[in-house]
Amino acid sequence: MEDVAKEKLFGMRPEEVAEVCRTLDMPKYAAGQIVDWLYKKSILSIDGMTNLAGKYREALKEKYEIGLYPPSKVEESVDGTKKYLYQSGIKKFVEAAYIPDGERATLCVSSQVGCKMGCLFCMTGKQGFQGNLSAGEIVNQIHSLPERDKLTSVVYMGMGEPFDNLENVLRSIEILTAEWGYGWSPRRITVSTIGIIPAMQAFLERSEANLAVSLHTPFEDERRMLMPVEQVYPLPEVLNTIRSWDFGRQRRISFEYILFKNLNDTPRHVKELARLLNGMRCRINLIRFHPIPDTPLEGSDDQAVQAFKDALNKKDILTTVRASRGEDIWAACGLLSTREMTKK
Amino acid sequence: MPINLSGEMKRVRIESVREIARNVYVLEYKRFFEFEAGQIIPVALTPDEPPRLYSIASGEKEENIQVLFNVVSQGQLTPALSELKEGDYIWSSAGFGKFTGTSGKACWIAQGTGVAPFSSMFRSGQREDKILIHGGRYADSFYYSDEFEPVLKEKYIRCCSREIVPGTFQGRVTDYLNTVEELSGDSLYYLCGSSEMVVETRDLLIKKGVPFRKIVGEIYF
Repeated sequence: MEDVAKEKLFGMRPEEVAEVCRTLDMPKYAAGQIVDWLYKKSILSIDGMTNLAGKYREALKEKYEIGLYPPSKVEESVDGTKKYLYQSGIKKFVEAAYIPDGERATLCVSSQVGCKMGCLFCMTGKQGFQGNLSAGEIVNQIHSLPERDKLTSVVYMGMGEPFDNLENVLRSIEILTAEWGYGWSPRRITVSTIGIIPAMQAFLERSEANLAVSLHTPFEDERRMLMPVEQVYPLPEVLNTIRSWDFGRQRRISFEYILFKNLNDTPRHVKELARLLNGMRCRINLIRFHPIPDTPLEGSDDQAVQAFKDALNKKDILTTVRASRGEDIWAACGLLSTREMTKK
Repeated sequence: MPINLSGEMKRVRIESVREIARNVYVLEYKRFFEFEAGQIIPVALTPDEPPRLYSIASGEKEENIQVLFNVVSQGQLTPALSELKEGDYIWSSAGFGKFTGTSGKACWIAQGTGVAPFSSMFRSGQREDKILIHGGRYADSFYYSDEFEPVLKEKYIRCCSREIVPGTFQGRVTDYLNTVEELSGDSLYYLCGSSEMVVETRDLLIKKGVPFRKIVGEIYF
């Protein structure tokens, strides 16, 4: 990693780069050149900005660094899934999971180091909260990925609650979708939240990316045991907020639902889900639970997962089962980074 | 980005802000809404800034709403809140949230200012079959102890982690819980504090045989 005392250029907007150029007495056109180097090309140091005059590169290097860094570790599954570890400060690590699937390839990125939401089923929560990632650090997980050019979509479902780091997440989406950035369609991006309503409203207003909400049970009394956020932002209010928003024809809303044996996989849950989501154009993604240490929860078996899916589809709720990938390397998000963090 | 979950943010006049322990303050304003003990309110200095959420520390029928907060030195809000005087204004709304109490058996476990919702429950009359385990760093970290102690007596356990204080358990809340041989299985366990405290305590309770369905946590978001 480069000198942490220097300010990072990666993650800046063009107007911010222009301000840097102004303070360093660089010509106005240099800002556009720098932005191109940051987001359209692949360089790791300011010396690589070869169309900038040497004196300007030296001036930049005095106070700034690029702020890109490669993954410090990778683990590869037999099914092609790769889990990358990125370092974000001393003994702080985040994970990004690269999931190839035929013609498609998805990267699951982190938005925070650790998490403060304390969900009962989550390994990342056991690390505690160590900090927010900057927009540059979020986008770096994509930019520095060896398979970057193969990516078809990015999901913010790694470590952390994206809407607890809203401004950096929104800025990272801006970088990914802006013409001066990567120029991606926002439909290639999905942000997953446990339902922090004010930030969710802001996200819906200020971005065009897809939204996924961690639901996990339709019953409030169960959800409050699984997810402390339920005490503050109850599910009915989360759903009311979503219902009040016009998603248009392209923007997608989906619900994540981890299936736990004898807890949230019963016909009663199907019935209540159908009632809650009645008339909403959405999809439910069923997820098999990857056990974490010391958890009282157990995942539903394959038969129960299939039965739950079929029952929801019969109720006209588009339901899919997320394929379990990379089980031999990561099991649950947060395990690899926890192991790295606690290494002596 | 104001929170409008339970009505509009409203400009409210401060009645008092007083320091009750090192860097810990109680802010009061006239209550203008009904609420359930354990609920939270948003607090902001202006209507345009994102509010922070605080548990109400006062009872349901008290004239004033009390907010217990500690000053975070690099914080955007709390240093300014601590400087407010009677007659100044903040922005807030009616209470909301589901971390509300029970008339049945309950064990309240708090860290620092996380005692606020339990103070509200206690002051609202929830006193029977209640145990309060409160973790704090110093002797003066046990806010409202003058109210809890005479009523809860031996069911009020203070865990002091950085000072030796007579009458308190020396160590953290989790250290104390580790010394308890058997935990009640028919009690509800309410946890309030930082995410680390809530997760660690919840894991410990589960390890000691408390069903996870009996544990509810409120985290400082």
